[in-house]
Amino acid sequence: MKAGSNLEKVLEKGLFAVTGELGPPEGNDVSVVKRKADLLRGYVDAVNVTDNQTAIVRMSSLAASALVVQMGLEPIMHMVTRDRNRIAIQSDIFGATALGIKNMLCMSGVHHTFGNQVDAKNVHDLDSIQLIDCVRTLRDQGTLLGGDEKIEGKVDLLIGAVMNPFADPFEFQAVRLAKKIRAGADFIQTYPIYDMERFKEWMKMVRDRGLDKKVYILVTLCPLGSEEMIHCMEKDFPRTAVPDEIVNRIVKSENSAIEGVKLCVDQIREIREIEGIHGIHLINMGWTEITRQIIEMGGLFPRPKI
Amino acid sequence: MIKAEQKPIDEILKYLNPYNKILLSGCGACVTVCHAGGEKEVELLASGLRMARQKIGKKIEVLEITPARQCEPEFALEMSETIEKVEAVLSISCGVGVQTLVRHFQKIPIFPGVNTSFLGETITHGVWEERCQACGNCVLEKTGGICPISRCAKQLLNGPCGGSSKGKCEIKKEADCAWQLIYDRLKTLNQLYRMEEIIPAKRWGVESRDSGLRRIIREDLKV
Repeated sequence: MKAGSNLEKVLEKGLFAVTGELGPPEGNDVSVVKRKADLLRGYVDAVNVTDNQTAIVRMSSLAASALVVQMGLEPIMHMVTRDRNRIAIQSDIFGATALGIKNMLCMSGVHHTFGNQVDAKNVHDLDSIQLIDCVRTLRDQGTLLGGDEKIEGKVDLLIGAVMNPFADPFEFQAVRLAKKIRAGADFIQTYPIYDMERFKEWMKMVRDRGLDKKVYILVTLCPLGSEEMIHCMEKDFPRTAVPDEIVNRIVKSENSAIEGVKLCVDQIREIREIEGIHGIHLINMGWTEITRQIIEMGGLFPRPKI
Repeated sequence: MIKAEQKPIDEILKYLNPYNKILLSGCGACVTVCHAGGEKEVELLASGLRMARQKIGKKIEVLEITPARQCEPEFALEMSETIEKVEAVLSISCGVGVQTLVRHFQKIPIFPGVNTSFLGETITHGVWEERCQACGNCVLEKTGGICPISRCAKQLLNGPCGGSSKGKCEIKKEADCAWQLIYDRLKTLNQLYRMEEIIPAKRWGVESRDSGLRRIIREDLKV
């Protein structure tokens, strides 16, 4: 056990993991965190707590993750390198683990010019791979990045990374995953997947390199319940293409919300048949209420108690 | 070379408002090449300023000069006599040139007439693009000769982010993704293995741009 988190235990037992998403409020309203936590409790093995996602200023992922721990769920704290240098990163990791956070997701973060503080000075002292390496160094060597200085205490974190199978150059994306694994990633979560064919091609490259045996792969799914949500997806995740076939299925349906749920459940079935997948990460773009229903319909409820 | 762009004339007029006799100084080096502050631009801007001030009934006398390299003391000092005759200097050299004048002419106000933009190259007539951020420890040997510090919006050192699409950067659609260029170049050179290497965290704080004022001292050249 690297971190002893619930997520790690589920994955280590070879069970199909389910993670959810909790976007902190655009302010300090704790009731927002509570409402979302209440909707997800018992339905997910761990919940991602985003870090100023899409570069919109929100309650910090560290604080929201600590609240999530108090509320009886297990957080996966996101950390982006956009806003912190290596001093702040390591300091926040000490603080987070002291507050009971056991999983962390490492990424560079959406560029700040997409958000609501476009005049900010960005940081990018480390990139996502260097951040993964930094966390691994803290955990496994017990030293700070780039030094022999021993830290006081232990950083027990399960290290997560993100992969976008739709980014270019396509043939590099398996190499990039291999680098993230070598740097120390224990699990990855993908970008939202709609184009299953391209995703399957990517998974084949991943399996050909034996990477699915070295890292747990969680596929991100996001139900689309209306035409508006499709536009939001295209805006928030410009890197994720929603194929026309899916757009038509949702938009032309008599009840887009029901169709969106059905589609997501179909995707879960399809994903489970792909070799090398260890779980799903169900995000919701604010439609948190629907998560339980999808998890139930997808045959993923109840969640294992370990 | 250093690239610059002229500031809006209204902004320049605003800070020249209190003065009636100025020296407009260009530079014969980088800003001449990018058509922001050479002899020709000095002439054009001087006429523009005179006309604008005449229009509001507040004439301004503008003397003109374009030293070969404003950032070199020996050329800057050529301006000594002229500077004594004016109330202020407007320099359309880069920010370095402005400060060379400040260092040598301490009693006279010196204003910038251009925004110094970046270190870049000429792509084609009228188009310049950033190529170097003078980070202080060059990584071009690792990246196929293409700089991810100046050309990647996140200064990533280990490959493109998830926002690289069809060779372009998601932040500026007209910009090539630096890591796509690096990938293509290494592929051509048969060096794709380099993309597998993990480049460790950069030493920004000791060897690089965040170490405070940088200075090069060559004892062998001192007199």
